Amino acid sequence: MKQHTLSILVENKAGVLSRVSGLFSRRGFNIESLAVGPCEEPGMSRITIVAIADDDKVEQIMKQLNKLIDVIKVSDLTGSPRVERELALIKVTAELGTSRAEIMQIAEIFRAAIVDVSPKSIILQVIGDTEKINAMETLLRQYGIKEFVRTGTVGILRGSKGVPGGK
Amino acid sequence: MKTGAKILVESLQREGTEIIFGYPGGVVLPIYDELYDSSLRHILVRHEQAAAHAADGYARASGRVGVCLATSGPGACNLVTGIATAYMDSVPIVALTGQVPTNLLGNDAFQESDITGITLPITKHNYLVKNTADLSRTIQEAFYIAGTGRPGPVLVDIPKDVSTSSVKDVPVPEKVELRGYNPTYHGHKRQIEKALQLIAKAERPVIYAGGGVILSNASAELIQVATMLGIPITTTLMGIGAIPGDHPLNLGMLGMHGTEYANFAITECDLLFAIGVRFDDRVTGKTETFAANAKIIHIDVDPAEIGKNKRVDVPIVGDVKAVLSDMLTCLKKTGVHDAWIKKIQHWKQHHPLKCPDDGGLHPQFIIRQMSEMLGGDAVIVSEVGQNQMWTAQHFSFKHPRTWITSGGLGTMGYGLPAAMGAHFARPDLPVFDVAGDGSIQMNIQEFGTIAHYNIPVKIAILNNRYLGMVRQWQELFYDRRYSYTELPAVEFVKIANAYGIEGIKVESPEDVKPALQASLDCNGPFVIDFRVEREENVFPMVPAGAAINEMIGGHPR
Repeated sequence: MKQHTLSILVENKAGVLSRVSGLFSRRGFNIESLAVGPCEEPGMSRITIVAIADDDKVEQIMKQLNKLIDVIKVSDLTGSPRVERELALIKVTAELGTSRAEIMQIAEIFRAAIVDVSPKSIILQVIGDTEKINAMETLLRQYGIKEFVRTGTVGILRGSKGVPGGK
Repeated sequence: MKTGAKILVESLQREGTEIIFGYPGGVVLPIYDELYDSSLRHILVRHEQAAAHAADGYARASGRVGVCLATSGPGACNLVTGIATAYMDSVPIVALTGQVPTNLLGNDAFQESDITGITLPITKHNYLVKNTADLSRTIQEAFYIAGTGRPGPVLVDIPKDVSTSSVKDVPVPEKVELRGYNPTYHGHKRQIEKALQLIAKAERPVIYAGGGVILSNASAELIQVATMLGIPITTTLMGIGAIPGDHPLNLGMLGMHGTEYANFAITECDLLFAIGVRFDDRVTGKTETFAANAKIIHIDVDPAEIGKNKRVDVPIVGDVKAVLSDMLTCLKKTGVHDAWIKKIQHWKQHHPLKCPDDGGLHPQFIIRQMSEMLGGDAVIVSEVGQNQMWTAQHFSFKHPRTWITSGGLGTMGYGLPAAMGAHFARPDLPVFDVAGDGSIQMNIQEFGTIAHYNIPVKIAILNNRYLGMVRQWQELFYDRRYSYTELPAVEFVKIANAYGIEGIKVESPEDVKPALQASLDCNGPFVIDFRVEREENVFPMVPAGAAINEMIGGHPR
């Protein structure tokens, strides 16, 4: 079992996401993370899915994804030089005069931004790969995390080569 | 200006539809009103499931796209089993469903169900039409998707207001172009060359041909390739009819209830040429031992089928007919596999299918009698279970598209409605539904439809008062504990008579032929209630998960 990052170019239509996610759920695969949004082509969206599965199962899922009429292109970014990022917002307990300074120091180390401050908490915004965000979460846990939201990974190949359209 | 309903009917006609199987209801009233004075033929079934199966039977027998129509909610939900059946066997149908008006979508309105959501995993594609202006293009796309590439069912959900609103005529493009849908028809040249090289080197080759050969109308090409190369052919349940039953190269069906010689040949071959098949578990048994010593060539139009269950040496993505035709252009007569053919002949001689001959009324005997009388010039539809396997084993088919059965999903209740559909595709041929007493009762209400339209389907019920195949498994693997598989006696002739259908009960072997003849002489539907040996088994049989040469009920080797 290995972690795979799939990049899927789809028509931006109602129901496409359930068609795509349904192919994972019917095989009992859990999706680790999923991010979707409009992309460089008008009327299209790009979905990034991270899932943990055997290589041959992923190959079968990619073939099945390719059969969906609304799917234009499926690429497995795993194994290619790529950039992967996700964004997390973390609301940490930080009462005035307690550990606030320490938390701000951690934020600085992780190049996180403080996007909201209240008397009892602060919200940090951090961007990075999954490990970085996990590491930051671990460090902040001792101060008390009130809420933690993350976008799911988006990925792109390095260099000038894009993921071409068309099947 | 035209209403959506009118646009729908015109679109269906433009696509060449001649018959619709359907059932009316609230939100399809506008469509039914349009059908009232249309030249499109509509057959009113007695249950929507039958509409889907009838469209499917029509499609399988004709090679064209079948059409069924149902109302929203329960009507649409009743289509589901029929759609799933078509999906598993790659049958092109377009299922039209009514939907609640767009302003009520998602409101739990009366007779609302999310049918596009429900059928997501059992359709090749589906649509919810939100605007009348999109309707003509959607219908065009639906037919195109259903009938091309690997065929399959497409559902179009039409809200009531989409049917009633009027728009200016929307012209449709001459050709459908979908960016995300481009099936590959021609196989890769180099792959074809590689395949031919492997074939030339093989000493013990076997062709394993499936439903893809039928779907792609490639029977002639298959036989030509096999004959030129001298390669015997075994067919899957779905591939039956691709080669005539009495052809010297035909090994019959392989797999769980396949012939011993087909399964031996697969086990001992050094080259497996797989054509339009999907290595289903009912075919392969234990996959590790299936053609374990063979190189494998696999042609399929669906790339997702290649390498799915078994590693393949030479994959060829393409339409079976196109690939075989390309092969034929560069084929040299090579194949002399004398020793291999001799070995297979020996197996054929010493391991034939058994047909008990003890004076009792045996189902195998009935099927053989049918086969003899009809000579392959008939459409034979089956239900699911023992009746299906005995027919597959003992009927000698002559032509493709004359054997119609639910293979992948194994849907009991499929046969009768599918036979109705098949009749409209092939009115020139007698159509038989070979049934069990269990299966026939799953859609027995369709006696109403065949009586109503005088559809001359002949129903041969192999009545053993058991859910026979399940009983067989209980006998063999559950210590004869017949848990809920025994059925009380039913007088099927009386039921038939109540609908105005003729019928006859048969209890001894000498009455089989006269009864079959009576059914053929009757110009309407006919029911034969064969009271067969109750605990007859389908043999040979490969137990689930065993290697396919480990059969029970065969001959000693």
